[in-house]
This record gives sequence, structure tokens and C-alpha cells, in this order.
Amino acid sequence: MRNYEVTFIVDPTLSNDEIKSTAKVYTDMIGKNAKIVHNNEIGLRQLAYPIKNRNTGIYTCTEFEVETGAIIDELELAMLRDERVLRFLTVRLDKYGVKYNDDKRAGKIGTIVKKKKVVEEDRGRNNRGRNNKRRPNNQNKGGAKPQAKPEAKAEAKPEAAEAPTEN
Amino acid sequence: MASRDDIKFLSNPKIGSKRNKYCRFRKFGIKHIDYKDTNFLEQFVNDQGKILPRRITGNSLKYQRRVATAIKRARHLALLPYVTDLLK
Repeated sequence: MRNYEVTFIVDPTLSNDEIKSTAKVYTDMIGKNAKIVHNNEIGLRQLAYPIKNRNTGIYTCTEFEVETGAIIDELELAMLRDERVLRFLTVRLDKYGVKYNDDKRAGKIGTIVKKKKVVEEDRGRNNRGRNNKRRPNNQNKGGAKPQAKPEAKAEAKPEAAEAPTEN
Repeated sequence: MASRDDIKFLSNPKIGSKRNKYCRFRKFGIKHIDYKDTNFLEQFVNDQGKILPRRITGNSLKYQRRVATAIKRARHLALLPYVTDLLK
């Protein structure tokens, strides 16, 4: 058994029904030949750069389990030919990837919300010379940070992950 | 004898000292890096969206490679930019 994950972006300028039917075509195609583990409709998202003059896209991510990877060729060819799909990516998941996705669905993996801290850490690194006086503070923060990390992403023992919100 | 805390240094003694780098993946047992988790991946990218080198992030070679592939996958799906300014 092999586990795969297909993420694709559907054109947002289509009507709502069309978007749904497009996504359904592919999930059905997978569902016919393979066992769908999870279908995650991420939804509308800002693209980091324009694709085909679109600035947003509708993301769908499907995880599935198959004996052989034969349907992937079929699936990718269909997506390449389809103009409604802006981008797609198929990834094979190893055992850690499968476990990560399971944990994520179970809410064991939180997301990083503390963006400010990340910025602070970077500032400490880049202008090391300029804020000498603040350095001890920064180091304390650096020390406090690892405690927040395992909750944020560790799989091993994040029992008490606070506010595990999905992306 | 005065303990180290009592001594007043003219300059901060911690300034010249090296900060210990470590691989966070090894330290916290993170085995899988998700390419869809952009907030996490942004930590390994500079303001221009370039992948930070190992000498700065402190990642071990194995996980630096995985971070790099995850970032490249995220870029392909337009989750992260290939080039920008002021990403953070």
C-alpha cells in the first residue's frame, strides 16, 4: 500500500457549482480506483504570485491509498489538459507523513501564530551589532521559544497542544 | 569571594559568546515537514523568500534537505513566493 497526496488549485473565476464539480471530478476519479483517506477542502486562498492572471485560487488536498501508482499518470494527465485547474502537485507520503496527517486531523499539531516572535529572532540575527544592549533579552526569548515549538509541530509528544487550529 | 553575579563588567560579557545552534527537528523529534504549513516554512526563508543556509538555521543536513524540498513544493503551489520583497 502506498499513500499519496494530491493538492490542486481550481480557477476562482468559475461559478460556485463549476468549482465544486471540477473538484468532484478529480476526487471521484481517485475514489474509483483508490481508497480516499481524507479530502481536505482548504478553500479560497491568496496566491503568492499570479498564475494565468489569477490572484486567488481554491485549494483542495486529497490523501489516498493505492496498491500501485498507475492512476496518478491518468490523474495528472487529466489535470494538465483541464484549463480549470491552475496547478497541481502529487506527493508520495512516507510513514511519517501519514502519521503527521493523522495527528493533524486529530488536532495534535497546533499552528504557529506567534509571528512577532519570529520577526524578533531574525532581527537579533541580522543586526547583531546594533542592539547589543538588548541581546540578553533576546537570548531569553530564544530560550523560551523552544518550549513553544514542540507544541507547534512536534509529533512525538504534543499532548497539551494549545488551541490546535487548522490552517 | 564575590560570585560572578556581583561583578560588574564594563561591557556585556555575553556579547562575544557564540549562541549554540541546534537542529530543531532532531531536538523535538519532528519527522515530517508539511509543505502546506507556510507559517512554519517562513522561518527558514528570508525577507526575499530565499531559503536560509544551514549555518544560520542550524538544521542538520538531512532536515535542511527536507526543508528545502518542502519550500520548493510550497512555491510551486503558490503558497510561498519565488521572489518578493518584505515577505515578513
